[in-house]
Amino acid sequence: MSLLIDAWTVLAVFSGVFFFLAGTVGLLRFPDALTRLHALTKADNLGLGLIVFGLLPQAVDVWMALKLIVIWLLVLIAGAVVSQRVARVARAQESGQ
Amino acid sequence: MADLLLWAAVIVLALTAAGLLRLLRGPGAADRIMAGQLFGTGGAAVLLLLGAGGAYAAIDVALTLALLSAFVSLTFAVYAGRAGTRQALGRGEE
Repeated sequence: MSLLIDAWTVLAVFSGVFFFLAGTVGLLRFPDALTRLHALTKADNLGLGLIVFGLLPQAVDVWMALKLIVIWLLVLIAGAVVSQRVARVARAQESGQ
Repeated sequence: MADLLLWAAVIVLALTAAGLLRLLRGPGAADRIMAGQLFGTGGAAVLLLLGAGGAYAAIDVALTLALLSAFVSLTFAVYAGRAGTRQALGRGEE
């Protein structure tokens, strides 16, 4: 049983790290501000989401698991709001040049 | 298992540091905000991985960092859009 839990953790955490890699490479390589924003939100939501999803079975008690989920929801909401504002700044930046 | 999570934390930290290149090169304010937000989320991810590995207090630190990085990025985004800021940054000619 514990092997299954460890396998779940390893699989989810390292797929989360992979999405972080994809998001960071996208942030560095993409030509335009808005495409970078697209890559960044992948790294944010999916990378951190999968890492938290992988860490859930490792939680010692229920409160720790709830804290992990609260962090994930906070980053999701913050990411959504910040992405809207960043897209507005990127749009203004494009039209400004 | 704990050292495996430690290695994942090291990888995510390296990726977040690489993301800071965008902060250096970013042509506009939008790219710098994105790098700042990636830094916040990446830092929170590293702290979570370390926290689940053994140092359970790091999870509360990650919660605080995630909260603060949200406000930092939001404030930066709001003030970068203002004409006054663009004036101050010497790009107010449009």
